Amino acid sequence: MKTEQSEWRTSTKKNTRHLGYWAAAWVVSMAVASFGHIYFWKDNTVLTILFIAINTAIGVGMILMNRKYNNNLDEMQRKVSMDAMAVALGVGIVGGLSYSLLDQANVIAFHADISHLVMLIGLTYIIAIFVGTNRYK
Amino acid sequence: MKNKIKVLRAEHNMTQAELAIKVQVSRQTINAIEKGKFDPSLPLAFKISRLFKLPIESIFFDR
Repeated sequence: MKTEQSEWRTSTKKNTRHLGYWAAAWVVSMAVASFGHIYFWKDNTVLTILFIAINTAIGVGMILMNRKYNNNLDEMQRKVSMDAMAVALGVGIVGGLSYSLLDQANVIAFHADISHLVMLIGLTYIIAIFVGTNRYK
Repeated sequence: MKNKIKVLRAEHNMTQAELAIKVQVSRQTINAIEKGKFDPSLPLAFKISRLFKLPIESIFFDR
């Protein structure tokens, strides 16, 4: 019993750390895939495809790690996380499509970039986690 | 849902952190359950009832 209890705590910490590693690796591989062809291998299509494939593979690993991380949370933490993901997904879809429509109708002066949508989803998730955690304090 | 976990903890001289470790959840979850802000699942309620050696209905009850 005692071992099981400490195992849960250890695996929670380990999963958090591993999710951080996967996220960091994905961000680095994204940077390499985005800027590598500009600064390092000048229009070598094979290398560009290779690094995009690596980035995608690391992304899949990160998704699986995130799933494992969520499954290992306790039931209240999982509820907070799931609520935050639902809000982030909803805001991402609704906000992203509205943003796209504004761009198509030439209402906004700049081009609607996918990175803006990623930032919106990320910020929404962080705020929703903060609000959810405070709700149960 | 109301409960008397805080009272039982006090009777067993147990902190929220100690109870959390015993039932494999975070201390924040125990705190939220005690305050009635979060209703535990049936498996978690069973774990708590087994720990205090009491039936579930004598620990958790409707408002």
